[in-house]
Amino acid sequence: MKYLMFVCTDTEPDTDPTPEPDINVWVDRHDASGQRLQGMALAPKSTATTVRVRNGQTLVSDGPFAETKELIVGFDLLECADLDEAIEVARTHPMARNGRIEIRPQADWDRS
Amino acid sequence: MTDARAAAADAAAAAATEAYQRIVAALIRITGDWTLAEDCAQEALALALDRWPVDGLPDNPGGWLMTVARNRALDVLRRGTVERRKLRELAVLALTAATAEPEREEIVDDRLRLIFTCCHPALPLEARVALTLRTICAVATADIARAFLVSESTMTRRLTRAKTKITEARIPYRVPTGPARAERLPGVLAVLYLLFTHGYNADGEPAFAEEAIRLARLLGRLMPDQAEVHALRALFLLQHSRRHARRDPAGDLVPLDRQDRSRWDHAAIGEAVGILSELRESELRESGPAESGPYALQARIAACHATAASVADTDWIRIADCYDQLARLQPNPVIELNRAVAHGYAYGPEAGLDLLARARAGGALDDYPLAIAAEADLTARAGDRVRAADLFRAAAARAHGDAERRALLDRADEL
Repeated sequence: MKYLMFVCTDTEPDTDPTPEPDINVWVDRHDASGQRLQGMALAPKSTATTVRVRNGQTLVSDGPFAETKELIVGFDLLECADLDEAIEVARTHPMARNGRIEIRPQADWDRS
Repeated sequence: MTDARAAAADAAAAAATEAYQRIVAALIRITGDWTLAEDCAQEALALALDRWPVDGLPDNPGGWLMTVARNRALDVLRRGTVERRKLRELAVLALTAATAEPEREEIVDDRLRLIFTCCHPALPLEARVALTLRTICAVATADIARAFLVSESTMTRRLTRAKTKITEARIPYRVPTGPARAERLPGVLAVLYLLFTHGYNADGEPAFAEEAIRLARLLGRLMPDQAEVHALRALFLLQHSRRHARRDPAGDLVPLDRQDRSRWDHAAIGEAVGILSELRESELRESGPAESGPYALQARIAACHATAASVADTDWIRIADCYDQLARLQPNPVIELNRAVAHGYAYGPEAGLDLLARARAGGALDDYPLAIAAEADLTARAGDRVRAADLFRAAAARAHGDAERRALLDRADEL
């Protein structure tokens, strides 16, 4: 089962003073286990561009499509047996403490 | 109905519920289809109600129900496109009430998987309570909807959304193992507690309190080594024991010190006290002093009240000690308030006022009438009747209902 991890900022990060996990260790570990298929950090939201097509016209505008305090700063594509396994992978990502992580499963069009 | 016949009817209802739980749990494990599992279990029960009075009770009622439900599921699945593996597994589902051999390392009761899945933290909290009631307790959707003050169609949608998330996000049908089990258990107990309070509150569904007690008993059988599970059942029994005394004929809450203690359910109190003393013994058997959990502490406090002949005869020193431990485990203003009250009875009003001042320092209890009433009560017992009467009137001004306001004004007038 494929899950996409949206790595986001949060207005209330963790206050626990113990050192946070190293992102490189996290990437290496889950690449080796086969749970992380790919992923990347994203450039700041000032570089975002939004594209829409309406009545055949392409509308290009500056900025992210949703103005929120929490920003998506990266993503990772996971291959996990179930949600508990994906939660376990997300839990150890440094941004689970510095920000927050949203896990979304791949849509299953056959089922619905 | 005679007592014997009533007891037989109760036993039959309990057996039917247990059979239902086992069937639903086994069919979900094999088919992964929650709605199909519920429908087939319901149909099997309906057929039993139809046939058994005519044909007589089968030798193995649980096995009979499981076979009927299994055959119904096979019929439905054969008509659809379904993997052969699932059909094979269903076909070998044991004809006895016992379920098919679990495929994994550990033999876990299917009902335990069902409880942990219904209470998974990735589901919204209200959906966890509703799904537990629907799937494990077999409560009708209309009854759940009424307790949650929503329409039946809203509740149906909420249940469907939860089941869809379980399937599409692939929430595993599994009891977590290792440290994850200890991490998830408090969440399961919190769902049971919420279910109980839905039965306990004035506008709630009284039957839900009984369902919560039954679920806690089942969970205790399935996880016998988890002290907090047993403690939670004791707490439920103790709170439930006051159900006939805690409201006046108008439906208003009667404070503990004015309840008719002869109307408390002493059989339930006895059962709870038995659970707590067994817990205490097993704690003592463990090497080293075991830390009591929050439900054990709350249950011990409730037991002190339940076994006392009056407020004055209550073991307030023990209650104060339990609140000290509870405040360390779960620091929050309401626990600090109760702790101050307990210390006021155990060690004198000044000790209570001192703790109360500290509990209110953050301003968290400023508009909480019970905090002001507690200060009024302690002040009265410390001898300052004029100030106490003013405080009771101040509390009355912030009261949430007419009955509460009247009771507080009565206290002011008595001074």
